[in-house]
Amino acid sequence: MKYVIIGNSAAGIGAVEGIRQADKKGEVTVVASEPHHTYSRPLISYLLLGKTSEEKMKYRGDGFYKENGCDLLAGVSVKEINSGKKSVALDNGKSISYDKLLVATGSTAFVPPFEGLDTVKDKCTFMSLDDARQLEGYLGAEKRVLIIGAGLIGLKCAEGIAGSVSHITVIDLAPRILSSILNDDGAKIVQNHIESRGVEFRLAASVKRFEKDTAILDSGETIGFDILVLAVGVRPNTSLLKDIAKIDKGIIIDAKSKTTAADIYAAGDCTQTLDISSGQNRIMALLPNAYMQGECAGINMAGGEKEFDKAIPMNAIGFFGLHVITAGNYTGDVYSETENTNYKRLFYSGNKLNGYIMIGNVEKAGIYTSLIKEQTPLDSIDFALVCERPGLMAFTKEDRQIKLGGKAK
Amino acid sequence: MKRVYVNEKWCLGCHLCEYYCAFAGTNETDMARALKDIKINPKINIEEKDGVSFAVSCRHCNEPLCVKGCITGALTIADGVITINKDKCVSCYTCILSCPYGAVSPSDDGAVQKCELCAKTTSGMPACVGGCPNGAIVFEERG
Repeated sequence: MKYVIIGNSAAGIGAVEGIRQADKKGEVTVVASEPHHTYSRPLISYLLLGKTSEEKMKYRGDGFYKENGCDLLAGVSVKEINSGKKSVALDNGKSISYDKLLVATGSTAFVPPFEGLDTVKDKCTFMSLDDARQLEGYLGAEKRVLIIGAGLIGLKCAEGIAGSVSHITVIDLAPRILSSILNDDGAKIVQNHIESRGVEFRLAASVKRFEKDTAILDSGETIGFDILVLAVGVRPNTSLLKDIAKIDKGIIIDAKSKTTAADIYAAGDCTQTLDISSGQNRIMALLPNAYMQGECAGINMAGGEKEFDKAIPMNAIGFFGLHVITAGNYTGDVYSETENTNYKRLFYSGNKLNGYIMIGNVEKAGIYTSLIKEQTPLDSIDFALVCERPGLMAFTKEDRQIKLGGKAK
Repeated sequence: MKRVYVNEKWCLGCHLCEYYCAFAGTNETDMARALKDIKINPKINIEEKDGVSFAVSCRHCNEPLCVKGCITGALTIADGVITINKDKCVSCYTCILSCPYGAVSPSDDGAVQKCELCAKTTSGMPACVGGCPNGAIVFEERG
């Protein structure tokens, strides 16, 4: 059996580990456009912060490819998939055939066509190790940074470089920061905390045009800067499967990580899948989901049986020591708790927990995540207790015998 | 494999397991001296309410969501035991988001902490089990 995996990040690595659970012998080739050993993409801000190193941010150890008997073609891009001939054409002129193919191509930073962007000298996106190294080259104690985008990427970037520059301004179209994962008052708490570290925000604002080292906003305000970071958003890399498999915003996959094309699977940020917390199909570009979709794909590619049908949006993130954990969707009735900088909101309806937001004290958040993923009927647990104190006490004695006592389900 | 299991009805709620856990990480020989005047942050925790109490620590799951979700590769599973490489961990807390038992927690050393079955401290029995006076936590093979 010949397996080809396009992509060397969480989903691709998950697939290698999944394949090897079911097939120790098949030939596995990983094709990666970046010329690096597998590394953890979300760690690039920690690299600039000095909290990790290129060595420590390797997603798997140096021996990974050898131990798993796979070939890594790093620095090589796939130009085209020929699903009829079952082969992929590489940009080095070669082509390799496959029996089973995984597309784990991730996503790319989206750069809107700002007027005057080409007049800006020191600018970058913030998605890859090479982006981080490029940004690092621009940094300096007297430099002013303008970040476009107050989402996860833009704000992690701000945290990563805050100590290495003189000033940071973050602009976003949305009226609140982290608009994809936080509600208004949660966003305000996190914003205040980040502002207390000297980062300035312009929200509900947009850049009309750039003139070299100046951004002119729609409001007429001008902001001077030396470095521009473009963190507006990401777009899934789906083009290789255009006209081959069904694509909506992302590549459509089922619970087995299979696309609509024969023998072709997809996983990770390039895909779109069912969010069981909302019942909607959406892109959930998150590392844990990517790994588990990749692993699931690998097992199925190798002839095993696996379903990953518990995907939900979920995020654990921190800024300057303030931790935020969120999951699911924020509809339904609300349980609220606010104490100093600790903030908790649980959203529930129809006897199920739909989602939650925890800021500050995030201990045992996984208890809530599990209630969402397992769609636990809330009348089967002590919901009032678990709202207040996440823990196993809220479950029945019988449930605890299964969870803690090793009793069979 | 052998795991730490809970016999809930035998738990006295004495919290000794928490102290033995905290002590196991200190490399000291005298528990009273090692833990004197410090606020312990153990990897096993007693939940208690209305006369019911039990200890919760890592289940060392066969399908560990913490390991699969770990963004750095710091959490790994080998021979059924899940351990944390504190050098790689950046405390993003994705494992705290993921663990359905609430068994991974923040620590004071810049990384998360969890029960490693005393794999890094002693050989043989986890300290919490050895210290439990009533057989409420045991280290054995079950189903």
